[in-house]
Amino acid sequence: MSIAIRADLDVVQADEHHDEHHDASGNTLLGFWIYLMTDCILFASVFATYAVLFMNTDGGVSGKDIFELNFVAIETAVLLVSSITFGFALICAKHQKRAATLIWLLITFALGCAFISMEIYEFHHLIEQGNGPQRSAFLTAFFTLVGMHGLHVTAGLIWMAIMMLEVTKSGLNNRSITRLGCLSLFWHFLDVVWICVFTVVYLLGML
Amino acid sequence: MSFFGKLTLESIPYDEPIIMVTLAAVAVIGVILVALITKYKKWGVLWNDWFTSVDHKRLGIMYIVLALVMLIRGFSDAIMMRTQQALATNGAAGYLPPEHYDQIFTAHGVIMIIFMAMPFMIGLMNIVLPLQIGARDVAFPFLNNLSFWLTASGALLINLSLGLGEFAKTGWVAYPPLSELSFSPGVGVDYYIWALQISGIGTTLTGVNFIATVLKMRAPGMKLMQMPIFTWTCTWANILIVASFPILTAVLGMLTLDRYLGFHFFTNDGGGNAMMYINLFWAWGHPEVYILVLPAFGIFSEIISTFTSKRLFGYKSMVWASGAISILGFIVWLHHFFTMGSSANVNAFFGVMTMVIAVPTGVKLFNWLFTIYRGRLRLTVPVLWTLGFMTTFTVGGMTGVLLALPGADFVLHNSMFLVAHFHNTIIGGAVFGYFAGFVYWFPKVMGFKLNERLGKASFWCWLVGFYFTFMPLYVLGFLGMTRRLNHTDNPAWNFWLYVSVVGVFIIFSGVILQFVQLYVSFRDREQNLDTTGDPWNGHTLEWSTSSPPQFYNFAKFPKVSDIDSFTDMKEKGEAYQRHERYQPIHMPKNTSSGILMALGITAAGFAAIWHILWLAIAGMLGAFVVFLFRAYSNDHDYYVQPDEIARIENAHLDKVARGLT
Amino acid sequence: MLIRNLSKTALAALTLMLAGCAGGVLDPKGQIGIDEKHLIIVATVLMLIVVIPVIFMTLYFAWKYRDGRDHEIYAPKWAHSKMIEIVVWVVPIIIVIILGVITWTSTHDLDPYKPLDHEARPITVEVVSLNWKWLFIYPELGVASVNEVAFPANVPINFKITSDTAMNSFFIPQLGSQIYSMAGMETQLHLIANEPGTFDGISANYSGAGFAGMKFKAIATPTAKDFDAWVAKLKQQGKRLDPQSYQQLAEESKNNPVEYYGSVSKGMFNHIVMQYMHHDMDMDMSHHSGHSSSKNEGAE
Repeated sequence: MSIAIRADLDVVQADEHHDEHHDASGNTLLGFWIYLMTDCILFASVFATYAVLFMNTDGGVSGKDIFELNFVAIETAVLLVSSITFGFALICAKHQKRAATLIWLLITFALGCAFISMEIYEFHHLIEQGNGPQRSAFLTAFFTLVGMHGLHVTAGLIWMAIMMLEVTKSGLNNRSITRLGCLSLFWHFLDVVWICVFTVVYLLGML
Repeated sequence: MSFFGKLTLESIPYDEPIIMVTLAAVAVIGVILVALITKYKKWGVLWNDWFTSVDHKRLGIMYIVLALVMLIRGFSDAIMMRTQQALATNGAAGYLPPEHYDQIFTAHGVIMIIFMAMPFMIGLMNIVLPLQIGARDVAFPFLNNLSFWLTASGALLINLSLGLGEFAKTGWVAYPPLSELSFSPGVGVDYYIWALQISGIGTTLTGVNFIATVLKMRAPGMKLMQMPIFTWTCTWANILIVASFPILTAVLGMLTLDRYLGFHFFTNDGGGNAMMYINLFWAWGHPEVYILVLPAFGIFSEIISTFTSKRLFGYKSMVWASGAISILGFIVWLHHFFTMGSSANVNAFFGVMTMVIAVPTGVKLFNWLFTIYRGRLRLTVPVLWTLGFMTTFTVGGMTGVLLALPGADFVLHNSMFLVAHFHNTIIGGAVFGYFAGFVYWFPKVMGFKLNERLGKASFWCWLVGFYFTFMPLYVLGFLGMTRRLNHTDNPAWNFWLYVSVVGVFIIFSGVILQFVQLYVSFRDREQNLDTTGDPWNGHTLEWSTSSPPQFYNFAKFPKVSDIDSFTDMKEKGEAYQRHERYQPIHMPKNTSSGILMALGITAAGFAAIWHILWLAIAGMLGAFVVFLFRAYSNDHDYYVQPDEIARIENAHLDKVARGLT
Repeated sequence: MLIRNLSKTALAALTLMLAGCAGGVLDPKGQIGIDEKHLIIVATVLMLIVVIPVIFMTLYFAWKYRDGRDHEIYAPKWAHSKMIEIVVWVVPIIIVIILGVITWTSTHDLDPYKPLDHEARPITVEVVSLNWKWLFIYPELGVASVNEVAFPANVPINFKITSDTAMNSFFIPQLGSQIYSMAGMETQLHLIANEPGTFDGISANYSGAGFAGMKFKAIATPTAKDFDAWVAKLKQQGKRLDPQSYQQLAEESKNNPVEYYGSVSKGMFNHIVMQYMHHDMDMDMSHHSGHSSSKNEGAE
């Protein structure tokens, strides 16, 4: 769902050159900002639910039993680095360096894929041990919160793939730079959310 | 799982005569409509000029048409509920068994709030807001079209439940664990979930769109504190939408996971916590009522200041009072469940916060009063609605404060008193406001005024009917009658239930008169034409355009230097100016992407309800592909040429000149 | 003739209205309810101080400043007055402050969890909402009843409340406060009857198809002896409430008749509260209601 909304706003920018005195990509970026605020509240709701449910293990495992902090620390590092590499991509794009932009995007994409793979591995591992989301309210909330972030990252990756195609085909024009700008906002936003997940779920869960 | 999931021919409720007759009636009307459209060859017009339109005015009209159709549906439910409760007294069973009755009160709530009030409000906002700020359209016109179709998609799904399967039997709040799979195994709750989810996303997008519009698209010179008051109240409502609808998305998503994948958010077993649903639901639900009522407050402000031919008293107070209501609206949700067993401190805090909201609301009432003071009030239909609101809503506010007292709520909670209270505020506040706005802006949108006599008759039916319907419910609440009862057995209640059912038929006459008014006004439109575009001597920019406005709204952007900018222009002699030269106007092209995407999403929603996996995937994929096409086509816009603009503008100004002399 | 008929109808209506006041929350028979009625009246009167002038001013201004009365002052540009603005902000603020204080104190006084201050020794009643009936367990007396609860007048009752299924609200309008019943947890309510009588009890939160029939009688006996007699009547019943018979009781039923249990196995209420807890429970009790009801409803 989020991908639909996000990309929607992205599309719309082509619509509003019609107000001569208004800046079209400004509209898009602002609109995207507002959308991110809604996404933020979506995450906040799930965070709140996690906070309420994380004690309800129903006789099953708790966070302490299943979290592997080292593994998650690497996962976190991968995502953080991908934010930096996306920053480089955007700088290159603004300087009209197409090849460099594409390379940085590709690196970001690879890091994002690594993050998602690690998450899938973690989930798979848990489910295999009988600690799937149906086991307890704690696991329900855990899988939903982390999984929702994961779905966002996946959507971001699909978007990134499409953007790489777009940049390859039609270069760095106003439209693609605005869209890259939105994607970068999105990507950094997911980074911030992940830091919250890491702190609230994993670090506090180990206490 | 079979090819059609849970869907079989048995899903159609053949054995329910009421439903089958309704379906037959709907089918007949549908066939007649299709035949008429075909006969007059209007399919092309419908598709090209309406369904695919990105024009905010046309989308606004479609929203209001949707709202009126849903009003009929929701009102039929209301009549059935009131007649059932009037018939099923003294232990009688009435004519609706619980299995049917429980669906009706659930549908009534969802439809009236989500598919009647919301589209009505968003429709008026769509039509008026861009005109009031001197913009040619909203910030994202295509997104606006998509939002409408997502709302329509939700409305379609909820109405499908009438003839296919069942609707939720949970009450419009769908509290778990009742709404969980173990207690509601049918598709009813799934209809509820997906209808709300899809339309809710549409509404969120509307909020995003209009905040960007207000921040970025105002006419040159218009400061934020010069925006018309309706624009301001809509802006606060949009902020509330953006801040609260994601909570609904989240909570519905969690209920979905519980029901579809066996998660344990709100289940009785597995450590789930149903109280979390109730908290989250009202964290959305309470702001939602302010989303409904704030724009109505704006409408009343516009109407009073226009029809007293006077500036609005205390504009700044009004803006900040609306803001205060918006912010406070977020920290009062717990007053919906004082009886859940929170500590006295918590209950008292939320009770006091709720009462604090009475302060800005009271300020607004006084400001309207002092706008009338030393004015020249023309007692037109919109003004009648406004006066009806000011008296009725005051009572609703009072009972609201009473319910905010935890000690009083402990005996009035969930009673008919509560039912009376929220109808008192939602009908007496929001709905009266929309009707007022409907009559007020109707000439702007359609180019002719509505019949005054029928309008007044309809108003009086509504007002009198309202008091007859809902005042007895207050009494019933005091008599200890709780809500959602299928049948009762208490002689002391009967009289009041009978009065209430009389009231609902008085309102019904009001509704019929409204449709008669529409018909008569259309028939006599030549006598009621609005040639100047300014039938009420208005204050704000929408009245500076022609009626109906040109598709580009403004040939040249107006320069704004006052709150009542059009009055300012008229006084300075700057209104109705002819220009020598016009610049080309850049306009968005109509697009079928919105309706096609919504079609895919509707299919996916339907598939989700009936567990038809392939269709769900196909629908989502289809929507995504349409969207990608939209993203990578460059054929989005065109220019209106100066000579065409000059021709349109001169024709309009000639008409104005004739009308003014 | 018509007028006479009308006046007759009006008289009948009035009689009905007055008679109608009996039995509701404005006709309380218990201290909590009396306090709450008092609170409602005080708050309403306070608000009327603002509400009546507003309604009056609305109608008066609309009449006085209507179009065509050219002798009235017309001030089209007058839109601001510090004086008026201060008054319209300050007056509601003062009233809300007063109401706020009342709210704060009354909410603490009427807290449903607060034990009542009374010389008599309170009795404990454990309440379970089932689909669609009420079960009352007297843990101290070892008896239980369905859809009928009794207690002596002028003795505080400590209700401990839970639900077997969906959420309900336990409410005896004439005695005062209601509180939700929720599965897997216990809520509390403290009430007292100031005079003997039989009062209607209901669920005040919709819980499904049989909800309308989820009624019970609350009997406040004149003396402790009468109450003992009621308990003795229950004890004469051979039926015992234990996990097995409870499971039968928990099956869906509408308009369930009054039932009595002469004995109750120990810790029954706790069993019911804990039934949704995984593993730690004896397996007899877990999950029964979810499954049974899904079977029943699935047939539709």
